[in-house]
Amino acid sequence: MRKLNFFVGLVLAAGLAGAATAQDTVKAGFIYVGPIGDGGWTYEHDQGRLAVEEAFGDKVETIYQESVPEGADAERALTQMALSGADIIFTTSFGYMDPTINVAAKFPNVVFEHATGYKRAANVSTYSARFYEGRAIQGLIAGHMTKTNKIGYIASFPIPEVIRGINAAYIHAKKVNPDVEFSIIWAYTWFDPAKEADAATALIEQGADVILQHTDSTAPQAAAEKAGGVITFGQASDMGEYAPLPRVSSIIDNWAPYYIDRVQAVMDGTWESKDTWDGIAPGMVKIGEITDAVPAEVKADALALRDAIAAGDYHPFTGPLNKQDGSAWLAEGETADDGTLAGMNFYVEGLTAQIPN
Amino acid sequence: MDFSAINPTVLIASLMVASTPILLAALGELIVEKAGVLNLGVEGMMITGAVCGFAVAVESGSPWLGFLAAMAGGAVLALLFGVLTQLLLSNQVATGLALTLFGLGLSALIGQGYIGIKPPPVGDVNFGPLADIPVLGRILFRHDIIVYFSLAMVAGTWWWLKSTRAGLILRAVGESHEAAHALGYNVIGIRLAAIAFGGAMAGLGGAYLSLIRVPQWTEGMTAGAGWIALAIVVFASWRAGRVLLGAYLFGGVTVLQLNLQAAGLAVPVEYLSMSPYLITILVLVIMSSDRRKALGAPASLGRVFHASS
Amino acid sequence: MIRLERRPTPSRLWAAATPILAVVLTMIAGGILFAILGKDPLEAIRTIFWDPLFNEQFASYSRPQLLVKAGPLILIAIGLSLGFRAGVWNIGAEGQYIIGAICGAAVGLAFYPMEARWMIFPLMVIAGGLGGLLWAMIPAILRTRFNTNEILVSLLLVYVAEQLLASMALGALRNPEGGGFPGSRNLQQYPSAANVELISGTGMHWGVAAAFIAVIVAYVLLTRHTLGFQARLLGQSPRAARFAGVSPNRLVLICMAISGGLAGLAGLFEVTGPAGQISIDFNSGYGFTAIIVAFLGRLHPIGILLAGLLMALTYIGGELAQFMLGLPSAAIQLFQGMLLFFLLAVDVLSNFRIRIGRREVA
Repeated sequence: MRKLNFFVGLVLAAGLAGAATAQDTVKAGFIYVGPIGDGGWTYEHDQGRLAVEEAFGDKVETIYQESVPEGADAERALTQMALSGADIIFTTSFGYMDPTINVAAKFPNVVFEHATGYKRAANVSTYSARFYEGRAIQGLIAGHMTKTNKIGYIASFPIPEVIRGINAAYIHAKKVNPDVEFSIIWAYTWFDPAKEADAATALIEQGADVILQHTDSTAPQAAAEKAGGVITFGQASDMGEYAPLPRVSSIIDNWAPYYIDRVQAVMDGTWESKDTWDGIAPGMVKIGEITDAVPAEVKADALALRDAIAAGDYHPFTGPLNKQDGSAWLAEGETADDGTLAGMNFYVEGLTAQIPN
Repeated sequence: MDFSAINPTVLIASLMVASTPILLAALGELIVEKAGVLNLGVEGMMITGAVCGFAVAVESGSPWLGFLAAMAGGAVLALLFGVLTQLLLSNQVATGLALTLFGLGLSALIGQGYIGIKPPPVGDVNFGPLADIPVLGRILFRHDIIVYFSLAMVAGTWWWLKSTRAGLILRAVGESHEAAHALGYNVIGIRLAAIAFGGAMAGLGGAYLSLIRVPQWTEGMTAGAGWIALAIVVFASWRAGRVLLGAYLFGGVTVLQLNLQAAGLAVPVEYLSMSPYLITILVLVIMSSDRRKALGAPASLGRVFHASS
Repeated sequence: MIRLERRPTPSRLWAAATPILAVVLTMIAGGILFAILGKDPLEAIRTIFWDPLFNEQFASYSRPQLLVKAGPLILIAIGLSLGFRAGVWNIGAEGQYIIGAICGAAVGLAFYPMEARWMIFPLMVIAGGLGGLLWAMIPAILRTRFNTNEILVSLLLVYVAEQLLASMALGALRNPEGGGFPGSRNLQQYPSAANVELISGTGMHWGVAAAFIAVIVAYVLLTRHTLGFQARLLGQSPRAARFAGVSPNRLVLICMAISGGLAGLAGLFEVTGPAGQISIDFNSGYGFTAIIVAFLGRLHPIGILLAGLLMALTYIGGELAQFMLGLPSAAIQLFQGMLLFFLLAVDVLSNFRIRIGRREVA
């Protein structure tokens, strides 16, 4: 049976490039960059895997490998997983991009899904989430809620994804509160709870009363709780254990709908390579419950913004917007194109800090 | 850029908190190395302490039981190293590295059920009106008990090594185990005790991270703190007082770096992060090139002792 | 009472038997661990030790991968072992590995996109080896000049190297066409700089070849050359070594140069081959694991070769066990830790005799 599938796969790969035949059962593999116990990025991907198991029951078998370093080990992990008979493999970190493409070339009958990358092939799709949509809502709440007009932002690495989030939050904070200022700390890590706690403390001590974070641990939440009078937002997961204060809302990575959809496509034989960049509307980005610590009118404002983004009536990057150096970027009513957003390496006008390097 | 936003008082207060885990672990390692044993497994013992402390604190509702459990967990793991290196005479460098690997795996397994949970809180010690003294109140009288404990341990370790008979024996064992053995001291017993103490202190340092400083449990949460503790012992040239200085310097550079960023200064983060290590190397060179003064490194450090002859 | 009595010379029989004993003990202890985790212990052990070598589905791929994984470990460990014999403790191979990779990659990227493999790749190899060597010279010279402890300096320099790596991945060596993400160009896709498989499908790349050559050279050096003799003498009895005319300083410099150079080469071959690019966490602990490999191999070239392959086997078998049996990676880490402990523990049997009963009065 396996052999037969293999040949069918080869033939189809030659002709249809990547599309598979319909099948009764699917084996789905996941490669994780961190441990599933990280409580953030990898944890949420694993929640997506569990949702796939729940949705398909006996018809799906999922396998995973955690803490796979990017680079040489990733290529081996992927190959072994493909050899073990996986039909679809999700590679859930940017650094798996080249290994995914390499291995995909060797296994034309297996389909691959690479998160946050930009290289595709006949049997490689890419997917990512428009987290900046959630950041816009955070920015709006933050702008309303700050009393010191100083918002602290714990950033990880100076890459487009993070810069985009800072810009989206700033634009919407500024819109409701023209006096708002952002203090940004680059932690140079995705995950170092102790450092994140120190960063949050430093920001709070310097007058920030809202902390936004683009790192995955709850350490900043705890620091804010200890300091008192500071609000925060959950990142990657809901961090509901810190609600209603300091955590007033959150951005949740919700991969489940996408994973279920793609596994279903393999099952139906309708899978094809595509680039997915989903936001709030399809549910890939979820806004965690806005707690009662937020005044009702602010909450209504935030929910209206969420609904407008979801309905496609509003784009978080809508002109007029200038770049930090004052040069024009978007004219009145113009919205940013995905290409610019994907490679964003500049701040918008009003932010005072410099991007490192 | 607004440097006035950086308040030195607050900076000192927060660097004290940031440094406490590495200070505790480094004090433990100091005693171990003074006994002539090099245990490179500090990271493994710290993370084991972090998870043991967290699990017990959550299950029992008492952070204090958690701290005790962390010390026990760290000590048990350290004794594993002790048995291997002292009784079975394995190589200390390799065994210490294996201990780190072992501890990281063990802690992740124990911690599987404890992700996304808030541990029972630990409050600051209440000094009443003292806490409101300007400047000093903030630096000295608004911390949790472990910060004070770590400071007391610095003084205690210093005094114990310098002024007690037991401290003298420990140092003798570290300087020349043959001589100490000839004098009738139980070299292996003393070293095992020192190793267990080192493990307990590292475990406590880890639990300080998981129960107070962060506080949460996540895999690999010590993120290299154990290695820094090792560097601090060297930086301190094996003296308790300088361990304090070293730990606060390391913590201080991190906290200062973050504060400078928060104030809007574009800091070359990587180069600043390197600086404590470079400073430590420089200190080492200066100390060791001055031949009139003893370097302070125990003469038997890392050497295998076997009382066969 | 149980006590240990030092053997006049290490037992050959036990030296050969102890690794097997350790593996058996690990299988028992690991089996218990896996049973506690609710997995079939026999199946788990078979997956880790048997499947990478003989499983129908995987083995044709996994067997060559053993070489790929073991190559850098062996190369670094061989370099370290000479120093360890002489009592020169370079535990900063991880840093030398990183610097080797950075230097080699920088040379390669400087030529991009020029096509001249006959020149560029050899230059990169030289730059990689030289980079590691020079990085190792820092602790070496500090020791010979200022008597500074090389264990500590070489370890501290690992952190410095890691920071440099992050800075390079984000700054100087960042791929200008990489969409702003950290990481350099992929050297595998640059024919003049790629470290390709020498014989397709075997996993043999230049790094693995270098590792094998290092094993042979080290063997000859150790058994036939005065350098090997001097190193052993210095390690066993520094005083006797001085009487025999060995210059400790010269030997420290040579040992550090060899270990640093080989670690640098390992980094270069890894960055141009399996890893492909400089990235923030390019180093995955080979430099530290190699220390363990060196000791498991009893500091002997053949032993190191076998120890490196055994470590690689547990890595790859562990990966298979993860996704085939759903074992958490933490359990694999723990299992490896146990294996190392047992290997280190049973070593006592080859150097000592266990005597039960009181010591006789001589």
